[in-house]
Amino acid sequence: MSEDSFDAIIVGAGIAGCVAGYLLAKEGMQVLVIERGNYAGTKNMTGGRLYAHSLEKIIPGFADEAPVERRITHEKISFLTDDSAVTIDYQNGRSPVPIEASYSVLRSTFDKWLMEKAEAAGVQFIPGVRVDELLVKDGKVVGVKAGDDELEANVVILADGVNSILGEKLGLVKRISPHNVAVGVKELIELPQDVLESRFNLQGDEGMAWMFAGMPSDGRMGGGFLYTNKTSISLGVVIGLEGIGDAKKSVPQMLEDFKEHPAVKPLIKGGKMIEYSGHLVPEGGLNMLPNLTSDGVMIVGDAAGFCLNVGYTIRGMDLAVASAKAAALTVIDAKKSGDFSKAGLAGYRKRLEDGFVLKDLNLYKRLPSFMESNTRVFDAYPKLMANVMQDLFIIDGTPAVPLMTKMRKRIGEVGIMNLIKDGIAGVRSL
Amino acid sequence: MSNVNVDVKLGVDKFFVDEGEAHILLQDNPDKTELKKLVNACPANLYKILDDGSVQFDHAGCLECGTCRVLCGKTILKRWQFPQGTMGVEYRYG
Repeated sequence: MSEDSFDAIIVGAGIAGCVAGYLLAKEGMQVLVIERGNYAGTKNMTGGRLYAHSLEKIIPGFADEAPVERRITHEKISFLTDDSAVTIDYQNGRSPVPIEASYSVLRSTFDKWLMEKAEAAGVQFIPGVRVDELLVKDGKVVGVKAGDDELEANVVILADGVNSILGEKLGLVKRISPHNVAVGVKELIELPQDVLESRFNLQGDEGMAWMFAGMPSDGRMGGGFLYTNKTSISLGVVIGLEGIGDAKKSVPQMLEDFKEHPAVKPLIKGGKMIEYSGHLVPEGGLNMLPNLTSDGVMIVGDAAGFCLNVGYTIRGMDLAVASAKAAALTVIDAKKSGDFSKAGLAGYRKRLEDGFVLKDLNLYKRLPSFMESNTRVFDAYPKLMANVMQDLFIIDGTPAVPLMTKMRKRIGEVGIMNLIKDGIAGVRSL
Repeated sequence: MSNVNVDVKLGVDKFFVDEGEAHILLQDNPDKTELKKLVNACPANLYKILDDGSVQFDHAGCLECGTCRVLCGKTILKRWQFPQGTMGVEYRYG
């Protein structure tokens, strides 16, 4: 079997798997990517938005040829109660710098393109095959097993996604705790391009990213999202799994109610739902960091929990790209030294620590627990904002009350101490 | 507010259902409190407690997200694995 041995076998053709394969093949390595779906992307789902910076460094100008949907130029954040919305709106009209750009993407088309790039660089791709187990000899990973087939490699890169069954079996990844993940559900809603562009005030390739706090997650940890694609809208909700048994309504119901919200309903009016999807989002940050390497194996992307939800930005794909690059460079070094042991692969963690992946995860390490322990962020504060707005704008003929008095009353409903405490803790965790 | 009908939504998706082997198998008498978590959280609404208290589950509409695996593990699930290669949901957009 040794004559068939690969330099690297990568499990999973998501963004991390494709990028790792692409970089290794470009260096002339024998690389095999195995994917259980019928082609790259079929099992993958995003909100979603790709921050370009990390992929831009690998494939400069990739957005010119890749099937990206729209360049995000319009940002909105809304705080929703059941029947009102307070919205912050930011539009960036600067001419785009590629490294700062971000794009709405759909994974089934985007990942397929990325794998085609990898194949053109020399990757051997086997779709439609589920890797059942890792081959382990004397405590070292030496390949993979799929059905009765065994394939050997110097190193296996696990890019098998948030449910890294292979990583768990090997003991690299801890069993996922509900408080470290959220579930996302999304509808893809098709609209004619001219309708979509006029509804969202977009021109040309411009696109919008819109986050919603409060009502979409029924006051629980999470929120709603909307991204504009070329001729469709990605609309969904993300809800933390901790305590979900006590939720007053189901996750699919939350999405349904979100669609009925007066601020959302007109946006999707006349649209046709063309896909319904669901996925887990690793949100535990450093708290769920696995052992990144062992003898003959590394773990990248969602499988390693590389995702960063700061509330107003949600990142995963750019971390997947960067972790894949760090892994690929480490494999290239390991091939030179001929050392694929845990020690030989130690450069992977070092690269992540020196780059933004572990730096950013470390910076925001307190945020997941702050968000989880503090439901006021998702419940009381959106209501507070709506109530203040109501006080400002509603005139019903009763004698006016000074603004300060109104504000004091509204803040009193939340508790001034809570507001100060959360303000300090929240800002510190950012 | 209208009650969601997830079955209609799943009808839009493309599935290659493995009729031969279910990739998810439930324990014989799943605990109802545990099950409530899945009734709430499963994006495909595959876990249903019927009026007579019995449990209904069908792996055919599974979106393979792993929510049930993370929430309940062995308390509800006898087996959770990915469908074999080529099988299961196929996102055309994702």
